[in-house]
Formats: sequence, structure tokens, C-alpha cells
Amino acid sequence: MTDAIWTTLRLAGLTTLLLLIAATPLALWLARGRGWGRDLVAAITALPLVLPPTVLGFYLLLLMAPDSPVMAVLRPFGVPSLAFTFSGLVVGSMIYSLPFAVQPIRNAFEALGDGPWDAAATLRASPLDALLSVALPLARRGFLSAGVLVFAHTVGEFGVVLMIGGAVPGRTDVVSTHIFQLVETSDTADAGRLAAGLVAFSFLALSAVMLLDRRLGRVAG
Amino acid sequence: MSAGLTVAVAGRMGALGLDLQMDIPLQGVSLITGPSGAGKTTLLRCIAGLTRLKGRIAVAGEVWQDGARFTPPHRRQVGYVFQDAQLFAHLSVEDNLAYGARRAGPVQGLSTAEVVGLLNLSPLLRRGTAQLSGGERQRVAIGRALLSQPRLLVMDEPTASLDPEARADVAALIGRLATELATPVVVVSHDPGRLAPLAQRRIRMAGGRIVASSAPSADAVDRLDGIDPETRDGLARAALAAGLPPLPPPG
Repeated sequence: MTDAIWTTLRLAGLTTLLLLIAATPLALWLARGRGWGRDLVAAITALPLVLPPTVLGFYLLLLMAPDSPVMAVLRPFGVPSLAFTFSGLVVGSMIYSLPFAVQPIRNAFEALGDGPWDAAATLRASPLDALLSVALPLARRGFLSAGVLVFAHTVGEFGVVLMIGGAVPGRTDVVSTHIFQLVETSDTADAGRLAAGLVAFSFLALSAVMLLDRRLGRVAG
Repeated sequence: MSAGLTVAVAGRMGALGLDLQMDIPLQGVSLITGPSGAGKTTLLRCIAGLTRLKGRIAVAGEVWQDGARFTPPHRRQVGYVFQDAQLFAHLSVEDNLAYGARRAGPVQGLSTAEVVGLLNLSPLLRRGTAQLSGGERQRVAIGRALLSQPRLLVMDEPTASLDPEARADVAALIGRLATELATPVVVVSHDPGRLAPLAQRRIRMAGGRIVASSAPSADAVDRLDGIDPETRDGLARAALAAGLPPLPPPG
């Protein structure tokens, strides 16, 4: 049981960190970029919201299997397969939670408008400098929302992790899949404890965010 | 090659076709007036490189834009005071002032201490930008722009959003900039009021074009000095609307 909790926290933490980094350029382009491809990419980014997790997990499993074209590219780098591995879970979770990272960050960048970028440019800041010193700090509430949503969403994930992880104890068995297995074996006492723990954790996480968001809002106005 | 500010750009911004031809000395206060939608802000944005129209822009012989080149805004030494100040909300007043100063390199013109003194900013330094009044925000924005070591300061409606008292303060301040600093100022206003007497030259815009340009010693502006600025501006606007020359002919 502690194995499953530890795996869950590691998975959610790593997914959140990597996804915030990966989603930032995408959200920035969707908010401020030019060109005809934006609506198409925005739609693709939002797909995980509407697809059943089993469908997403099924396709990801096909791509992560040893005989897939993706793995043929990765094999020379010493990665024979991502299916049923922790790394595979991280990749799958990142794709599954992508809209939860992109949307709040994109909204935050759109709410900024051109003004801060223009002001930074006339004060000699290069575009990258303006991003780091002005746009990211001003959009921090978007990043906070994105981080918490991704973390919570990953903790609550079931279909995708079961499809591509297979609930291997100590490696890919997370709290949600562990609860499922406990119920299957009629161990409802342990299942109940884990489930209650998950409810308490989610409640605390969301409360913390709302408090933090209010404080940030007071400081930044 | 002109030693002043040369602008010769044309293009479209939405519904407005612009054709801006201007050549003014880099000295004192140049006031750009005209009704809203005349293209005044676009002219300033072109000078700063924030908006790109086709054409040529040069400052003191240094070409910022022509057919082949386009110097990006962060490499142009223009201080820009935005209509809504655009202070950075995540930084204190002090850090807002330091933002441009730090990136402009070693101090050539004014030091931070001098600017703080000139604009009377010392009581504000530790405050957040949310705790400033409209006039205070404009003063900080002017200070921040000055500290980025600009060769040219442009201001977009610096008094438009202020109450009458703050408007008088900021106008007096712009007058002091003109007399005490070597930095030339180009200021845009649809309602110049108190700014009018400070200007060494006036440029009038309408419909995306510069329709009149004047230096005070040579023309009718001086003859109208007895009249208060609002009335004078109203007269000039009425003349313009009627298709007459923008300023009444002398005598």
C-alpha cells in the first residue's frame, strides 16, 4: 500500500514538473502566435478532455509497445519499450493531463495582453528576457492553477495508467489501481482507508490552492 | 541626412490607411495633436518599433528601419510612456524604475537618484503599483522610461486619464523635462490643454496623415497666445473640420 502511495506521488510530481515546462511554449504560441495552425493544434491539445481514458491508453500502449515505430526510434538510445514501465506512465500522464496544463497558462497569457510585453521591449528587454522577467511572473496564477490541476488529475487517473502501466506492484501500481485490486480481492477495509486518504488529500490540495490564489491576487491586484 | 527624427512610413492598421511623413529636430517638446483615430498612437508605436509599417525611420542619422533593416524595439533607445502607464504589477515602484536602468547599461544621462529627485518619487519607492494614484503612476512611468537612457522620450496621452490636479502636475513635469533635460520629448494628445504652451512645435494629424506642422516663432500659434489653450485648440479643430488651413493665417 505504501508502495502505491509513493509511486502515485512520484508520478504526479514528475508529471506536473515536466508538463509545466512542456506546456509553457505551447500555451504561449496558442495565446500569442500567428498562423493558421493554431485552432487545429488547440483542438488536438484538448482531445484528452473528451476521449475515454481507455481509448487514449489503448493508443498509447500501441505506441509504447516494443514493435511500434516510436520505439524503433528510441531503441538505439537504450529504451526497448515504455509499456508497463514508470517512464511510460509519466509520458502517458503528461499527454492525458496536457489540456489541464495548457488551458490555464494560455488563459493567463491571453489576459496579459500586449501591454507588458510592449513595456518590457521599450525598456530594452529582449523577447526572452521579457518572458522570464515580466510575462511568467505576471502569469503565475495560471501556472499555479495548472500545476494543481495536473497534480490532482494525475493522482486521480485510472484508465490510462491501467492500460499502459498494468498495475505492476512497486513500479506502476498507483493508489487508484491499488484500490481497484483491493476491491477485486474483497479487501474493503484497506480499500476504504486508501479511498478516504485520497479524498482528504484532494480536499487539502484544492483548499491550499484557493488560499494561495487569493493571497497572490491580493499582492498583484 | 537629417540630425533629427525622420519618419516616412505608410500602411494600413485595420480600417485606417496611414501615410506618415515627418522630420523634426531632436530638441525640446514636440506636440502631436489630432482627433482620436487619427493615427497618433500608431506614429509613436512605429517610432518605438512596436508597430511595423513599410518605410523608413531614422534618429540622428541612425537608421532604425528602412527597406532592408528593422531594429527591434528593445534595441531602439526610445523611452515610451504608455497612456495607461503599464507599470509591472509584480514589481515595486523601485524595481519598476530599476527594470529599464539595469538593461540600459552604464549611466550616461540621469542617475536613479536624480530622476527620483526630479519626479519626487522617494515617498513612493517601496510601494506596490496597486497603491498609486493615476498621477503617481504616470510619474513612475516617466521616471522608468527616463532611466532606460533614451535618446528620445515618447509619451502617449500622458494626462488623458488624470484628474485636473494631477493633469496640471504632470504637465508641469513635462515642462521641466524639456527645460532641464537634454532628452527630446514627443508627446501625443488629443486634448493638449496645459501641454500646448510647453511645445516648441506642433504637429497636427487627421485621418492617418500629418496635416500641419508648425514651429511657434513662425506662425499663428503666437498670435493666439491670448486665448486659452482649450479655445485655441477648438478653433483650430473647427477650422480643420471645415477644410480651412489648420491654423488661421496671420493678420
